[in-house]
Amino acid sequence: MNSKTITILNLYSNDMNIYGDSGNVLCIKRRLQWSGYEPRVIEYNQGDKFPMDVDIIIGGGGQDSGQEKIKADLIKIGPKLKKLADDGVSILMICGLYQLFGKFFKTSDGEIIEGIGLLDIETFGKSERLIGNIVTHSEQFGDIIGYENHSGQTYLGHKVQVFGRVRIGAGNNTSDISEGARYKNVIGSYMHGSLLPKNPAVADYLIEQAVKRKYNDYIVKGLDNTYAEMARKIAAKRPR
Amino acid sequence: MPKPLVTILGKAVKKAAGLRGGGSALPGLVVEHIDPNFISHTLADLPLGVVVISGTNGKTTTTKMVVELLESQGLKVFTNRTGSNFTRGIAAALLGEINIKGELHADIAVLELDEAHAVHFVKKIIPRFSLLLNVMRDQLDRFGEIDHTTNLLRCVADATTETVVLNREDKRIASIAKSLDDDKVRFYGLDESLLPLFPSDDDLHGNGNHKKATQTADVILSKFSDSSATFIIDGKSVSTKLKLTGVYNVFNAAAALSLVRAIIGEKIDQSKLIVALSKVTPAFGRGEMIKVNGQPLELVLVKNPSGFRLGLKSFDSAGYATMIAINDNYADGRDMSWLWDVDFSSLVDDGVEQVSGVRAYDMALRLQYDEVKIRDVDTDLKSALNKFVARYSKQPMRIYCTYTAMLAIRKNLSKIAKVEVIK
Repeated sequence: MNSKTITILNLYSNDMNIYGDSGNVLCIKRRLQWSGYEPRVIEYNQGDKFPMDVDIIIGGGGQDSGQEKIKADLIKIGPKLKKLADDGVSILMICGLYQLFGKFFKTSDGEIIEGIGLLDIETFGKSERLIGNIVTHSEQFGDIIGYENHSGQTYLGHKVQVFGRVRIGAGNNTSDISEGARYKNVIGSYMHGSLLPKNPAVADYLIEQAVKRKYNDYIVKGLDNTYAEMARKIAAKRPR
Repeated sequence: MPKPLVTILGKAVKKAAGLRGGGSALPGLVVEHIDPNFISHTLADLPLGVVVISGTNGKTTTTKMVVELLESQGLKVFTNRTGSNFTRGIAAALLGEINIKGELHADIAVLELDEAHAVHFVKKIIPRFSLLLNVMRDQLDRFGEIDHTTNLLRCVADATTETVVLNREDKRIASIAKSLDDDKVRFYGLDESLLPLFPSDDDLHGNGNHKKATQTADVILSKFSDSSATFIIDGKSVSTKLKLTGVYNVFNAAAALSLVRAIIGEKIDQSKLIVALSKVTPAFGRGEMIKVNGQPLELVLVKNPSGFRLGLKSFDSAGYATMIAINDNYADGRDMSWLWDVDFSSLVDDGVEQVSGVRAYDMALRLQYDEVKIRDVDTDLKSALNKFVARYSKQPMRIYCTYTAMLAIRKNLSKIAKVEVIK
């Protein structure tokens, strides 16, 4: 152990955690441990004091009731999250929090739920639910493999890049082939699975950025991706 | 089409499907297609009406318990015994039981229904009693969200004419009582000392606070050990030996007792009731024991995070060889995300000997992140099972498996041991 600490913030761990998204936190934590770093996981829930001294922020999807509970608090901490993002902090937001990191979510009844506008994306509630195995591709990460389950359809603005291009599945919406969005070291995505354990390249990217930002150097060791590679190979061939 | 004709046709399809080893629901599907009112017509005349049991976990074993408890009171009970809990499965089960005129010789029907199908079912067939067990994150790819699932169950409660039996310790289930008349509701529950053993969905996801429930419960599980339990029934303490294993099965016994008390009323013969309860064995694949080469092999069905967690909590891994088999066929749920909501750290000390199933490597990956040692991974269930049984033939074995993996394992086990194969 080189006792270099990396702090992981689990954003709204009580209410935004469905579909096994907590696997993303575990993935980052273990990979840091295995490489000899000292991960420290802290949780933030509505009403808590927001910790600015963090290196990686992870957030997941929630039920409608969960989103209802956190949305006012999220608006409050929005400026702090934006500052951290602009400072280059590694951030991963899945599904529900991905949507709320955008400009707004317009429900199918026409109600507008305001987002924090950290990502230049807009989301529209639809009656159709996009569910199933999904495979996308990115030049940087290769194939990205996971499972999507959402009724909001997201459209990207000019200030974000796509996370992956859909090969199998729906992705952000039913009209283009984009999946997820990126801004600096922020990744937003609809992909559960959990995303990071099954896509170690994405996990290691988030870790590398965080470690380099804090300690300048970055050492990886002791990471065995054998199971992940086999799991990816099989998942990519399963029916939607 | 006149009823006898539909019946004859359905029975013929059932026979034909049986001959070619087909699934249990096909004949029901055919009959439903020809006469959509087949089930309601057939069930309408039952003297004690229809009982619906629903919830995420424990439906099959609870239904089995309720049937056996009602039989102890002298009733003839119709049920969908094969665990085919869709409307079609019920139509298929009916075909096996009715005479050629389409009459069902039973006093009461006790039906296990999947949450989503229960809603459609109660629109056609109004239940007199219902029992709602719990709402957990199941195959969310099927129902969407757990609050939505709660609403599905609320529809079942609303449709019920006489008594709704509710789990007091599941706050979503308990909240259903709010929109019902007080005299229509009965609760079953747990003694406070046992609450930590039964994490609710919110407890599993960090929202838990074990607030003591205030509603009076008709039946409370107050104590239990490996082979016995104490219930408080209507304020009086009753202890009994049990053949059921697993904490969740024992809690569901409290649910079954309360439901049967509501159905039978004052005429209930409690001593016969308790004797019957002591004899109930788990439903197939729900902690049942099979002997292989003289050693016990336990099959534990896992289909969602809460069930898997409860299974790991109920069965100590020390001294056991452990296998896990995960499939992702439609009946299992396609999404593997749920494995990440299960904490496998209780397996760290003893490791996992064999991992198998279509998604064996997803499972292996999950175990890797909880730092659980794995001896072998093999996606081929048959060869994995053979290796497992050959290597660990001198110690007790336990297999955690998803639904379709369990069916395949039973089929292969039947070649080396005495196993009841469910078609």
